[in-house]
Amino acid sequence: MGSVQYHAPQSLEEAVPLLKEAQKTPSRILAGGTDLLIQMRAGVKTPDMLIDIKKIPEVTGIEIGPEEIRLGAATPSAVMDESVELHRQLPGVVEGMELIGSTQVQGRATPGGNLCNASPAGDGAPAMIAAGGQCVVFGSNGVRTIPVEEVCIAPGRTSLADDEFIQEFRFPTPKPGQADAYLRFIPRNEMDIAVVGVAANITVDASGTCTAAKVTLGAVGPTVVIADKVAELLVGTKLDDATLAKAGEMASGLGTPISDKRGTVEFRHRIAGVLTRRVIQIAATRAGERL
Amino acid sequence: MSKTHVTTTINGDAVEYLCEPDQSMLEVLRDNLELTGTKEGCATGDCGACSVSLDGRLVCSCLVLGVEAEGKQIETIEGIANGSELHPIQQKFLENAALQCGICTPGFIVATKALLAKNPDPTEEEARYFLAGNLCRCTGYDKIIRAVLDAAAEMRGAAS
Ligand SMILES: Cc1cc2nc3c(=O)[nH]c(=O)nc-3n(C[C@H](O)[C@H](O)[C@H](O)COP(=O)(O)OP(=O)(O)OC[C@H]3O[C@@H](n4cnc5c(N)ncnc54)[C@H](O)[C@@H]3O)c2cc1C
Ligand code: FES
Ligand code: FES
Repeated sequence: MGSVQYHAPQSLEEAVPLLKEAQKTPSRILAGGTDLLIQMRAGVKTPDMLIDIKKIPEVTGIEIGPEEIRLGAATPSAVMDESVELHRQLPGVVEGMELIGSTQVQGRATPGGNLCNASPAGDGAPAMIAAGGQCVVFGSNGVRTIPVEEVCIAPGRTSLADDEFIQEFRFPTPKPGQADAYLRFIPRNEMDIAVVGVAANITVDASGTCTAAKVTLGAVGPTVVIADKVAELLVGTKLDDATLAKAGEMASGLGTPISDKRGTVEFRHRIAGVLTRRVIQIAATRAGERL
Repeated sequence: MSKTHVTTTINGDAVEYLCEPDQSMLEVLRDNLELTGTKEGCATGDCGACSVSLDGRLVCSCLVLGVEAEGKQIETIEGIANGSELHPIQQKFLENAALQCGICTPGFIVATKALLAKNPDPTEEEARYFLAGNLCRCTGYDKIIRAVLDAAAEMRGAAS
């Protein structure tokens, strides 16, 4: 690594002049550093300035309200995993983050960093998108809100400007009968990168009929694939075996996966179908328990 | 590039140091402070040999910057024993011959302490998952896991 300036603003106001500077000086936001520090050491990223956002109160912590759930973008995944209430409300969002890396990595890795690293195989994004997540984006000129799916535009690239970072995520608090889940396939038991990851957010009524659904797939394309057609298929059904089989079949046809050492294109398509079927079932069971 | 002055607490002692902003906490511990018990196996977050506790949370010190330690509490392997008296985890690693070359051992011991603080009575499976980020090239893990479960039993006994 070359020489770099390090700043850790204590408030959003203190961050403003640094973000203005970031329009002129190659800079990076530092959250948990579990992607960035490795990329800097490898010479892949060479910022002249680091803005560590972890000391800004608005950027960490979890608040669960009757209408809305707030998740600070720099909240470590271990903190998410320890929140009993977040597990109860958004188990799928927690699952996406708590299976990242090891205990040590989970002590640092954040949802904002996971999303902004923009890896096609990032585990955090699919469930955050399925849960209807919005990002509050703080910039040197003020704040704007965008859906989570608008952040990643290509592998390693986001739609954020040089003077912006994600301050927090906001999710609508799940209604009775609504729940989510995330499943991924990895060749090992722990510490590996997703071959495919699928999230589902399902709402059922008292008769067990699905009234709303969102299904998203990670690692089958450059960015997360939102499977609207699969969701349409589910709504109005009782999520019976035949429907789930059809949903799985449909999901195996989605995306443009690649072949690599973890799996071939054919394998990824096939696994996408299997995981879709299973994750819908898990989310639906949880949804039924929340009625 | 000018160095940054950092004030922090390591193993209960107030410590001050100067470091480059891009130096990792691991480099600061080993190269600037001569606390060489913490090992480097990969410097990419994969092996856990560099495990330390940062404000009570287990982390890889290779993925933390030295400058980030400002105002924090750090615990390293050097802070585990009580003077010349070994911690029960260290004692059980010795008794179970849970090490060969020893490079992974400080990381395993620091991580085990974090595990047992959170879960004093882990199952073998829970221990293996918690410690999945600590790699060992020598032992094949069985002796390590036995030492961890032995230490847990001993510490529960001492606590009750
Ligand atoms: C051993 C190991 C195993 C891993 N396993 C997995 C895994 O299983 N699944 C997985 O998905 N990932 C995995 N990762 C990758 C990484 O841990 C995650 O992507 C993590 O969530 C990144 O978060 P961070 O806070 O550490 O990001 P950082 O490294 O701090 O930042 C990543 C990028 O995002 C930018 N950034 C960070 N926060 C913000 C923000 N709030 N607003 C705007 N930009 C921001 C940074 O500038 C940087 O470009 C692993 C990493 C390691 C070292
Ligand atoms: S040296 Fe830090 S994890 Fe290997
Ligand atoms: S004893 Fe050699 S790496 Fe574990």
